[in-house]
Amino acid sequence: MTDWISVCAVTDIPVLGSRRVARAKGPQVALFRTADDRIHALLDRCPHKAGPLSQGIVFGNAVACPLHNWTIALENGCAREPDEGRTPVFQVKVEDGVVLLDRQELDTVGIDLPPVMAGPCTRVAC
Amino acid sequence: MKKMKLVMVGNGMAGVRTLEELLKISPDLYDITVFGAEPHPNYNRILLSPVLAGEQTLDEIILNPLSWYEENGITLHLGKTVTQIDRIRRKVIAADGTEADYDRLLIATGSNPFILPVPGKDLDGVIGYRDITDTNTMIEAATKYKHAVVIGGGLLGLEAANGLMLRGMQVTVVHIGDWLMERQLDDQAGELLRKSLQERGLRFRMGAHTEALIGDKDGRVMAVRFKGGEEIPADLVVMAAGIRPNTALAESAGLHCHRGVVVTDTLQTVTDPRIYAVGECAAHRGIAYGLVAPLFEQGKVCANHLAQFGIGRYLGSQTSTKLKVTGIDLFSAGDFMGGDGTEEIVMSDPFAGVYKKLVIKNDQLVGACLYGDTVDGSWYFKLLREGRKIADIRDKLMFGESNIGDVGHQGHNKAAAMADSDEVCGCNGVTKGAVCKAIKEKGLFTLEEVRKHTKASASCGSCTGLVEQLLMFTAGGDYSAAPKKKAMCGCTELSHQEVRNAIFDEHLVKLDEVYERLSWKTPNGCSTCRPALNYYLISSWPKEAVDDPQSRFINERSHANIQKDGTYSVVPRMWGGETTADELRRIADAVDKYKIPTVKVTGGQRIDLLGVRKEDLVDVWRDIGMPSGHAYAKALRTVKTCVGSEWCRMGTQDSTQMGKDLERAMWRMYAPHKVKFAVSGCPRNCAEAGIKDVGIIGVDSGWEMYIAGNGGIKTEVAHFLVKLKTAEEVMEYTGAFMQLYRKEGWYLERTVHYVSRVGLDHVKQRILEDHEGRKALWAELQYALDGEPDPWFEFAKAQVDVRQFEPVASIAVPTGAASSESAGASAKTVPAAPLRGPF
Repeated sequence: MTDWISVCAVTDIPVLGSRRVARAKGPQVALFRTADDRIHALLDRCPHKAGPLSQGIVFGNAVACPLHNWTIALENGCAREPDEGRTPVFQVKVEDGVVLLDRQELDTVGIDLPPVMAGPCTRVAC
Repeated sequence: MKKMKLVMVGNGMAGVRTLEELLKISPDLYDITVFGAEPHPNYNRILLSPVLAGEQTLDEIILNPLSWYEENGITLHLGKTVTQIDRIRRKVIAADGTEADYDRLLIATGSNPFILPVPGKDLDGVIGYRDITDTNTMIEAATKYKHAVVIGGGLLGLEAANGLMLRGMQVTVVHIGDWLMERQLDDQAGELLRKSLQERGLRFRMGAHTEALIGDKDGRVMAVRFKGGEEIPADLVVMAAGIRPNTALAESAGLHCHRGVVVTDTLQTVTDPRIYAVGECAAHRGIAYGLVAPLFEQGKVCANHLAQFGIGRYLGSQTSTKLKVTGIDLFSAGDFMGGDGTEEIVMSDPFAGVYKKLVIKNDQLVGACLYGDTVDGSWYFKLLREGRKIADIRDKLMFGESNIGDVGHQGHNKAAAMADSDEVCGCNGVTKGAVCKAIKEKGLFTLEEVRKHTKASASCGSCTGLVEQLLMFTAGGDYSAAPKKKAMCGCTELSHQEVRNAIFDEHLVKLDEVYERLSWKTPNGCSTCRPALNYYLISSWPKEAVDDPQSRFINERSHANIQKDGTYSVVPRMWGGETTADELRRIADAVDKYKIPTVKVTGGQRIDLLGVRKEDLVDVWRDIGMPSGHAYAKALRTVKTCVGSEWCRMGTQDSTQMGKDLERAMWRMYAPHKVKFAVSGCPRNCAEAGIKDVGIIGVDSGWEMYIAGNGGIKTEVAHFLVKLKTAEEVMEYTGAFMQLYRKEGWYLERTVHYVSRVGLDHVKQRILEDHEGRKALWAELQYALDGEPDPWFEFAKAQVDVRQFEPVASIAVPTGAASSESAGASAKTVPAAPLRGPF
């Protein structure tokens, strides 16, 4: 049985915007809200160079990665052609305006990928 | 649901491209049947010349192998010529009796070579130059025979002649005109071309009229006779005197034809809307195009209409010419001959084999003809299409775009001379080998496609000329010949200017109003248009239009600059580049407290703190307690100054104070792109004011003002605008110029590009001559900036969504086997602050 865990209210996420869910390990999970109030969740990690998708511009059913403007479909995490790649998708349930994620997916999906941390930040213990 | 039937007559590049586009957007709408008269699948006809020259093989030029047709469920009839269209019963009938019903019919029959109506034209060994059969015939003839005659000194004829010569034949080109390629070159360039080809071994008969072809006893051609009776030996005669749209089938079906099958902007025939025509057989607004880029544009629009989307329209293309003879670079476009009312700039160095002619009319470039060095062809073509005024760059025009300071591709200007490992695009690290490989393997034809797939020339664009040359040699593609007007993005067909005008003229203040009034194709735009629209709204209607944070790039939403690892940089504002011990102490403390890994001085004399976690941004701002430096924004960034007369023994003016005053007056000013000022206290110009959007240089008697400089990809020295006496004047003129740019500049257009688009004269008129207008502009800017918040401190007023800085929830360590009690029990929504996510 799926163990749904509530993370926030739909209204906590701006329309055409996003919020992040932090996990103890692994990259965060990005929540997106479309213009018609559908909620999608993706691993917060672009398949291109691991940019944080939660920081991108949301339009239609897609988000543009803030680093190099790859466009990622919110429904399936696939990069728009001709770019190739896919970012993991999390199941989302919305009940009474509350956003729920699957506990097991949160514990497992992409959990071993390094959090987005290249560059100078590795110089200090974060 | 039963699928509709689409039949395509013709199996060439334009037609198949149309099918590809159709399958991309609507793969299941049609059962598709294709008739091809040739026994081959779709191949790249443009590359027949390199095949003839022995540089490529036939296998290499196949674009869609038979498996492609199978995979897409297309019924393919090869070697079958359609001879009849029954428009009443809606079916086509081939010569062998094969029939196919259609709901939609696509005619893509291409063109036929024009065969001179002279006696002997039907002899063996007399061919056109059009397809694989012709090419094979030539290759075979070259093994058996000695003398070849090519009739026609145009593009195709010369490529044929060059190929035959490389295959060992002695080739004479017979040309009726006074110089070669007279439709693409002027006499000078044509003559240079002839000399060069002659040195390679081709022979020429200029101004010669072919009277007859003489056959031997076996019915094979043996000689060509000219008017006047002279004969030259010929075992092979290639007719390359032009092409004619192949409209026989369409005409027999009663479709209106005039220089091709006449089509509308949606590529439907004017006679029968069920029937479409694309490619060389189609006449759009009186023109039958023969180059690949326009044909592919047609294909795209046609596919869109076939897919019943019906939003695209083909508006015609401008074309340019290049010759595919290895080692010869030539380019022409527009009205390269010149004539009444035109002026010419000519550069001629016959010894080095370089000739360039630019034709100018009414202060616009209207034509170009280049021989020997064509790397700037694309730039000239762009200027020509845009029709922009060139007075301000006229003195540099001849030396090309690359001579205004291109960087990023090691100074290469001839693609053919580069090694595969040489870098073409310095921004994205793309080598020549990678570009060529992508072109070949992915079947790319246009600059846009190469940009999409390889990212070469997709960033700064300074290597565009090189990439186009590579396209030319690898795929034979020509320039992407887009219509003059460039749409803002895929969501609209309107240009930046049209959108700007509509927002102003119709007093639009909300994004939704824009989408609705301008019939946006997407419900809420895209990452390209939304930031632009948002800027146009707030700059057109300050204090009225409401800023939409979700339409801003992340940097302007989080008021810090995102870095490659998802951390941010913080650059506090230091007025005029001056700071204090107290500020430095606070910065140092924040660096320690938040473990900020890198502290760096920027090019604009500010201090940059790199690697700040998003969660820490608000705290860092507060602890430092300095205003936002807007180093992340399309806004006024810095005013760089030298120490000036206060300390410098050379200084003539107090440049530091001037810089501080300018910065205090105009900070928080959003603009189409980032804006940088500099103020130097004397002409030694230590603040490098000559490459800034506005550069002020103190002289003994006052201040000189320079505008539209740029230290970026193309180093562009600022233009002198005016000399001013007082600091108040400097403020007013600078502010007025900024407001003009804010109102007229297109989003992401730096002042250098803005001024080069509208012309320096326009700016002078508005700022120098129109005194009332200048004062009004300055007043407008002050009104717009009055009360603008500092986004680092006035969150509500600046619409900073502070929720973004923390995760919305933090999920604790996996519990392993969660007890059933906790299941679904809710909300382990722990406040995230102590947890510190990765960014």
